Amino acid sequence: MELNSKVPPGPLTEKWDQHKFDIKLVNPANKRKYSVIVVGSGLAGASAAATLSELGYRIKCFCFQDSPRRAHSIAAQGGINAAKNYQNDGDSVFRLFYDTLKGGDFRSREANSYRLAQLSVNIIDQCVAQGVPFAREYGGHLANRSFGGAQVSRTFYARGQTGQQLLLGAYQALEKQIAKGLVTMYPRTEMLDLVMIDGRARGIVVRNLITGKIESHAADAVVLATGGYSNVFYLSTNARGSNATAIWRAYKRGAAFANPCYTQIHPTCIPVSGDYQSKLTLMSESLRNDGRVWVPKAKGDKRPPNEIPPAERDYYLERKYPAFGNLGPRDITSRAAKEVCDEGRGVGESGRGVYLDFADAIKRLGADTISERYGNLFEMYERITAENPYTVPMRIYPAPHYTMGGLWVDYNLMTTVPGLYALGEANFSDHGANRLGASALMQGLADGYFVIPYTIGDYLARGGINSVNTDMPEFKNTEREIAERTSRLLSIDGKRTVDSIHRELGHIMWDYCGMSRNDAGLHKALELIPQLREEFWTDVNVPGSDVELNQALEKAGRVSDFLELGELMVRDALNRTESCGAHFREESQTPDGEALRDDEHFAYVAAWEYAGADKTPILNKEPLEFESIHLSTRNYK
Amino acid sequence: MNLKLRVWRQPSGKDTGRLETYEARDVSPDMSFLEMLDVVNEELITTGKRPIAFDHDCREGICGSCGMMINGVAHGPQRATATCQLHMRTFKDGDEILIEPWRAQAFPIIKDLVVDRSAFDRIIQRGGYVSVNTGGAPDGNDILIGKSNADNAMDAAACIGCGACVAACPNASSSLFTGAKITHLGNLPQGQPERDRRVIGMVEQMDIEGFGNCSWFGECQEACPKEISIDVIKQMNHDYVAASARGSNNE
Repeated sequence: MELNSKVPPGPLTEKWDQHKFDIKLVNPANKRKYSVIVVGSGLAGASAAATLSELGYRIKCFCFQDSPRRAHSIAAQGGINAAKNYQNDGDSVFRLFYDTLKGGDFRSREANSYRLAQLSVNIIDQCVAQGVPFAREYGGHLANRSFGGAQVSRTFYARGQTGQQLLLGAYQALEKQIAKGLVTMYPRTEMLDLVMIDGRARGIVVRNLITGKIESHAADAVVLATGGYSNVFYLSTNARGSNATAIWRAYKRGAAFANPCYTQIHPTCIPVSGDYQSKLTLMSESLRNDGRVWVPKAKGDKRPPNEIPPAERDYYLERKYPAFGNLGPRDITSRAAKEVCDEGRGVGESGRGVYLDFADAIKRLGADTISERYGNLFEMYERITAENPYTVPMRIYPAPHYTMGGLWVDYNLMTTVPGLYALGEANFSDHGANRLGASALMQGLADGYFVIPYTIGDYLARGGINSVNTDMPEFKNTEREIAERTSRLLSIDGKRTVDSIHRELGHIMWDYCGMSRNDAGLHKALELIPQLREEFWTDVNVPGSDVELNQALEKAGRVSDFLELGELMVRDALNRTESCGAHFREESQTPDGEALRDDEHFAYVAAWEYAGADKTPILNKEPLEFESIHLSTRNYK
Repeated sequence: MNLKLRVWRQPSGKDTGRLETYEARDVSPDMSFLEMLDVVNEELITTGKRPIAFDHDCREGICGSCGMMINGVAHGPQRATATCQLHMRTFKDGDEILIEPWRAQAFPIIKDLVVDRSAFDRIIQRGGYVSVNTGGAPDGNDILIGKSNADNAMDAAACIGCGACVAACPNASSSLFTGAKITHLGNLPQGQPERDRRVIGMVEQMDIEGFGNCSWFGECQEACPKEISIDVIKQMNHDYVAASARGSNNE
């Protein structure tokens, strides 16, 4: 497989402008002749569908939720980065680019990360124009706050509901286009496969989740904006429905899957409380602006936090990383929490937790200010734990949150399948081995509002796209394969529920391919996952039929794909014997326990190519070349 | 704790439904309400029965997917709390819990506790946006917005579109939902050019969808998981009268 990143020549700062000039355009009158399918309606999908339709393309947009407004982007709390330098604190496009590259431990594609930083400023303007109610200062100007991995204040926010407000902005833009009849929306519809004709992506096969009907949709290009795959861990901060089926099916149709082992474990989530637990709840990273993280200095200290005097507390982030303190990047902060808990100094009943304490901030700023900044998060915490964080420190622990890996895309966001694009969390391109806080929203909207509207035209304008329809055998064959797979799932009639198998997969992934990984554990996982997959296909129990709303069937399809994707993650983690960003191989660390990169052997993107069922996938490498910066060892001390 | 559940079961919109009784055993007070239902569903599946269908997704109270009448109260007994954030410590051993779907003509039942809320999307389609295409927006700080206006807009914009307001209203009115969007955009300079046509269009769509009128019971704001104030309905009515008086239409 050839991996051509199509990064334009020329100086970094001019690449995108030059590229926009060089790529082909579709005449305004001709745009309505082209149809595009957009799968997913989160920040990337909704913004892409709305913008492409504003340009004149005919758009069909699909989501599995009952409304596009419910996509999981809505749950993002803290904010969105932009290099506006409104705070006069030394920010610039180049600094945001550099922070992103460094935060990702120099494993992202330089040109993509730079473009992301460039476009960040346009996003804020666009969202303000749509009426997104960003936080404001008394003078009426936009307010900012700080986030991890940065020493400037560049994060824009709408209380603790930034993702919600940005998504509603994109959703409203989408509804505006639906009202005009320019986008056809298919809610409660799940993509189950990609259809290829003459080597190009030409459509999708979907299941109507209410009637169960399998249907085909044809188009001139297909855009996947279906989010990440953290739910492979069963417990994650993702929504229960978030799944990898669309990108996994695309992988099996020929789209390379890049860096699957790059999974971000978010440091500040509410700890697990029991076996029944269905998801983990994030407490926004912005809390680390004012909260101080600590554990007792002594092992097994079971005193209530308020009775532990300051001298007997270990503010370990401030101790280890004085320059960034509590605002270190996520991967480093998560590992530090695991380390102190592994030492037996964790808090809470399970011992898997650390304190996030607001007592000092409340003393300094007053409870009112803290309430204004984080009130809704404090309430959410109290609803879940029945503890009041104004008086008792929060207990937090890391949890799977975001996947930097995803479908390999070139500079135009096209996958290795012609005509198939991947946007937002579904692709791999901008964050390297670790994403900085408040950068996911930025990437989703950059891809959807400002990248794909330009780059898709280049593909369409180059021609060679024949007319197709859903009666063609490629569609009919795929529909038949999907129907067969569905009836197979329903006919196994075994003893285990889908959730019980999913939970077991989650344990395997968390134990052996989670916050730290080693050779023996990964080999163990490589044995266990195929066994569990076999058990799924022989002993799962999926009740009900395929001609009704059947949530167990939906879950079964998604879990069957996670059972394959999990194995690819493990393979990728095994191959990458270096540590980088969120991927921590125990064999590769510095004397003081920090991730140790191996640039000589691993400065590449690992793009895995499907080789057929039960065949080992093929590893392709895209070398990472850095023209504008020096590779350095990350230092947050 | 052990609980007795009486749950509305209805195979599809075309079938008639009825209440079925289930036992929920060994429920932990730290479970969320939906996790309690997950456990019941696991047991139903392993004993060869059909699990209870209900909408849910983020499980952190923001996506607005979940929602059910719990003992006759939308989202259950805890104030300002969506069903997914309701925890079982709110109940006690031996309680009997009645669980029903949202009931409103404009929210037809799809299955069990799952209803069709697409009417909300169609209300938004009638003007719940600013007509600005991507590109060409001025710098974010060129549009100054006073802090209190921004805060008021955000208070209203916090709506999660769950439909509890409709379910709680004796008239099944969607005025709180619609008023929230009108108030959000009406408090911002970006929302002014379309203010009249927005309110006329969205109010008309509420009628088309079959939602009832508001008669100030105030049940909606009691049920709202985001505590959106009934003031947004005042704002909507005010804007509607003003727009009608100006003779604006939705063309």
